[in-house]
Amino acid sequence: MTLLHDVRESFLGSLTRLGAVTRFLLRLLRQLPGGLKRWELIVAQIFNSGALSLVIIMLCGLFVGMVLGLQGYQLLERFGSEDALGTAAAIGLVKELGPVLTALLFAGRAGTALASELGLMRATDQISAMEMMAVDPLQRVVLPRFLGGVIAMPLLAAIFSIVGIYGAQLIGVQVMGVDSGSFWSQMRSSVDLKDVNEGIVKSFVFGVTCSLIAVYEGYHARPTAEGVGSATTRTVVTSAVATLFLDYLLTAAFL
Amino acid sequence: MRKSQALNLGTGTFMLLGFAALFFLTTQTTSHGLTLASKPHYQVIAKFDNIGDLKVGAPVSMAGVEVGRVANISLDNREYKAVVVMDIDSRYNQIPSDSDASIYTQGLLGGKFIGLTAGGSDTYLKNKDHIDFTQSALVLENLIGQFLANFGKSSSSDASKSDASGAAGAKTTEK
Repeated sequence: MTLLHDVRESFLGSLTRLGAVTRFLLRLLRQLPGGLKRWELIVAQIFNSGALSLVIIMLCGLFVGMVLGLQGYQLLERFGSEDALGTAAAIGLVKELGPVLTALLFAGRAGTALASELGLMRATDQISAMEMMAVDPLQRVVLPRFLGGVIAMPLLAAIFSIVGIYGAQLIGVQVMGVDSGSFWSQMRSSVDLKDVNEGIVKSFVFGVTCSLIAVYEGYHARPTAEGVGSATTRTVVTSAVATLFLDYLLTAAFL
Repeated sequence: MRKSQALNLGTGTFMLLGFAALFFLTTQTTSHGLTLASKPHYQVIAKFDNIGDLKVGAPVSMAGVEVGRVANISLDNREYKAVVVMDIDSRYNQIPSDSDASIYTQGLLGGKFIGLTAGGSDTYLKNKDHIDFTQSALVLENLIGQFLANFGKSSSSDASKSDASGAAGAKTTEK
């Protein structure tokens, strides 16, 4: 009986949270015209979420690509079609691994930074101070961080995919001895512009989702040290679950 | 001031890298950056009995060199043949008009492509010309069917032969 009650409570709880996040997004979007005028703030946030995540994105992309090169080669060799390695690696990275892993890394690298920064601003009453000075903290602080993440994510995902493809090429061609010409030409003939578009749309959606969750959790963090910590944790967990869930939906929609 | 300068530089580098990566993805990993549609080309039409799984965009090659791509595939409603329209690069405008077109397979499991073999005519293919000599795709199922039929026949004839030779052998041993 209590179990049923708990399940019902937690279901209602997550439904309420979903509604709150959606309303928060609408409030942010209403600030969009005014917020876009302060492009300096947005540039600073693109630097924070994008440029500072660049190294970890490229490093992870390289290793993921190299693993794809190894695994793909082992698998394709059984069917005598190692030449399709370029296609397999490129499609896997562009459609799936690039956007998803970038979103997960983004949630870990930039999302936590956003959430803890906003949470500390809340805890140290900086946000209340802004409200007192009739500065809208949503427009001044939250919106630039949100937009910075939304702009940075597709670019990061594209960089991830490119570095990954070169990683797969490094292992497949240089180490395993797949022909370089067939690696690239098979990839070019089989990867469609549709596949690339799918990846871009996915990474854009993940960018909106992960940035939104991070700023929502940070902005609504309990103003204590513990509250900031739990906001950061919730950011990562919720972002990861939302990313993987949306990934399934988007993949099904694009089929 | 100096700090914001460095920040702008970092952001600019990141944006440049990101858009370069997007550009690379859309042009270099797909065939869209290299289509012949932008280059001058002329169209040649060929009718095949069966094209197998030939797709629009498949390469058209001559002596192994890619000279064009398949632009359109449709069915002729009266002859029940596949009508394949090919875009041939205008650089290759001296293909004899009696050349023949066959459908081949790339590798064991690869896609189909069209191979042109030059004829001996002095007139060349022009825009909207038809290639009269065509050879259909080898459909694996048909091929296996034929092979099985032949195998069945030849093995039965082998059996009768070996019977005969066995009988002959038996006779020789008797002698």
